Amino acid sequence: MSATVAPLAGRPPRLPAPRRRFRPVYQIVEIVGCLLILIWTLLPIYSMIQVALQSNGDVFSSTLWPAHPTLGAFWTVLTEGYWYVSHFWLEIGNNLFIGVTTVVLTLLIGSLTSFVIGRMHFRQAWLVSSAALFTYVIPASFLAIPLYLIMRVYGLYDHLWAVTMVEVTIATPYAIFIFQQYGASIPIELDESARIDGASPLVIYYRIYLPLMAPALVAVGTYALLLAWNEYLYLFLLLSSPNTLTVPVALSQFLNSDQAPWNIMMATAVLYALPPIAIYYAFRKHMSAGLTMGGVKG
Amino acid sequence: MDATSTLLADRAPSRAAVRGRFRRGPQGSDLNWALAFLVPYVAVFLLFVLYPVGFALWLGHRPADYVQLFSDPIYLQTIVNTLIYVVLGVNLHLFGALLLSGFFMRRSWAVRSLLLVYILPWAIPAIPIFIAIHWMLNGEWGFLNNLLWDVFHINGPSWLNSHWLGLLSVVVSYVWKWMPFWTVIFLAGRMAIPQDVYEAAAMDGAVGIRRFVYVTFPMLANLYLICTLLSTIWTLGDFNTVYFVTGGGPAWTTEVLATLGIRDAFTMDDPQLGMAAVLTALPLLIPLVIVLMRKLSKSQVQL
Repeated sequence: MSATVAPLAGRPPRLPAPRRRFRPVYQIVEIVGCLLILIWTLLPIYSMIQVALQSNGDVFSSTLWPAHPTLGAFWTVLTEGYWYVSHFWLEIGNNLFIGVTTVVLTLLIGSLTSFVIGRMHFRQAWLVSSAALFTYVIPASFLAIPLYLIMRVYGLYDHLWAVTMVEVTIATPYAIFIFQQYGASIPIELDESARIDGASPLVIYYRIYLPLMAPALVAVGTYALLLAWNEYLYLFLLLSSPNTLTVPVALSQFLNSDQAPWNIMMATAVLYALPPIAIYYAFRKHMSAGLTMGGVKG
Repeated sequence: MDATSTLLADRAPSRAAVRGRFRRGPQGSDLNWALAFLVPYVAVFLLFVLYPVGFALWLGHRPADYVQLFSDPIYLQTIVNTLIYVVLGVNLHLFGALLLSGFFMRRSWAVRSLLLVYILPWAIPAIPIFIAIHWMLNGEWGFLNNLLWDVFHINGPSWLNSHWLGLLSVVVSYVWKWMPFWTVIFLAGRMAIPQDVYEAAAMDGAVGIRRFVYVTFPMLANLYLICTLLSTIWTLGDFNTVYFVTGGGPAWTTEVLATLGIRDAFTMDDPQLGMAAVLTALPLLIPLVIVLMRKLSKSQVQL
C-alpha cells in the first residue's frame, strides 16, 4: 500500500505503518475467529483419532481424551490381527490400483483431447467440449443404476477396471477444462516452429505439449486421486467378490454389524485417510495453482 | 522465446505458409491424427455417459412406477428432505465460504497457517470422516454429547434419532466437508480483483461493509452464481453424506432422492422404480444444466 503512494515533493512522507494491523480489537477478533475455525475443522477429525487411540474396553467411556492412549488398534489393522481387518492390505491394494489407473487414464485421455481442442484448430472440437461440459454437470450418482446394469453387458462387472472407468468418466471433463486453460498460456508458435522442422502432431504432443503442461498434470492428477479415494457408491455396487473388496466397503460392512470394535474401525479409517492427505500436502502448491487458474477469470 | 522468434522471422514465407495451413484446421494426415487423439474420449463418452443416460431414461418410462412413488409417504418425505437439504446446504456452505474467503485474505501468519489446517476436510476422504461423524453424534457415547456435558453441563439430544436433528446433522456435515473447497475458489476470485479498484473505491468512501456490498460482491457475482448452480447439481446427487451420517434413518425419514433411488433399486430389488425416483429430479435438474452449460461455455470461469 504505502509503496504505491510516492511521497510528493515538499510534503513530509506518509507514515509507513498501516494503522489497522496494530489495533488490539482487530487482533482479538482475528484470534477468536481463528480459534473458532480451528475447533470447527478439527472436532470430527479429533473424535476419529481419539476413538482410534483407545483400547476396545474404553470406547464406551465418556472422557474427552483417551484415558490410556495406545497404538494397539493401528497395530492390529496393520498386521491384520482381527478377523474384520484380515484382508486390509488386499483392500488398500485394490484402492491403490483404482486410484493409480484413474490418474493415468484421466491424464492421458484429458491431455490428448485438450491437445486437439486447444492446439489443432479442429473444426468440430466444440462438439467434444459440449460433450465434456454435459458430463461435468450430471450428478455421478444418478447414473449408478444404469451403469450397474451396463457393466454386466460390458463384462466389466466385479472387475476393478469398472470403477476405474467410472472415475475416469467423471474426472476427464475437469481435466479437459483445466488443460485447455493452462495450454492457452503456452505459445502456439512453439508448435508451429516444430512443424516447420517436420514434427508430426504426435511428436509435438509428446515432446512439447506434455512437458510444458507438467504443473497442470500434477494438479489434475491429484484431483483425480482425491476423487477416486472419495468414492463409495460405485465400489459398493460394481464390486462384489472378496477379491475386489475395498476399504470403504469394508468400513461400511463394519458399520452395519452390531459388535463392531469401533477403535479398530476408526484406526482403519485414519489409515485410509492418510495417503490422500499426504499427497494433497505434497502437491499443494500445484493444486492451488490449478484451482486459482480455474476460479478467477470472471 | 526471443531466439525462437528471430529464428522464425528469418524464414517468414515458409512460416506463413505453415501457419495458414495450420490455422485453417487440420488436413490430410493431421486430420487423422486429430481423430485418433479424440478416439479415447469419444469412446468413454459414448460408453459411459451417452448410453447410460439413454438407458436411464428408458428404465424410467413406466408410468406405474410414478403412481407408486407418489402414493408412498416415504417418497413424499424424501422430496421435502431433498429440497431442504439442497437449499440449506448449498446456501449455507457457499455464503460461509464467501465470508471466510474474506477472512483468509488477511495477511497475518496466524490466518495463513490456519488455511493449511482449514483445507483438511476437503483432503480427507468422505467415507472415513462421515463414519466418524456418525459415531461422534451418537446420543449415548458420542464425542459431541460428552463434550457438551463436560464443558456446559448440557445433556445433548440423540442427534440421529429424530427427523429434524438428523437432517440438520446431515446438512452440517455436508457444509463441514465441502466449505473449504469453495473457500479456496472464492479466495482465488478475490485475489484476482485488482488492488487499484479497492483504492479507488476507498477514495469514494467505500470501506468495511460498504466495500463488500458495492465492490467485492459485484465483482464476484458471476463466479458466485456459477458456483451456486454447480454446487446445487452436486448436492442433489450427493449420496455419501446422508448414507453414512444418518443412513436415511430414523425409519427412512431423512432419505434424499439419491439414497432413496439406490435403496429402491438394490435393497428392494426394483431398478426401474429406483430410476423413476431419481428421474423425478429432472424438472429441477434440466433447467440448472441448461443455464449452467450456457454460462460455462460463454464465460471463462471454470472449476
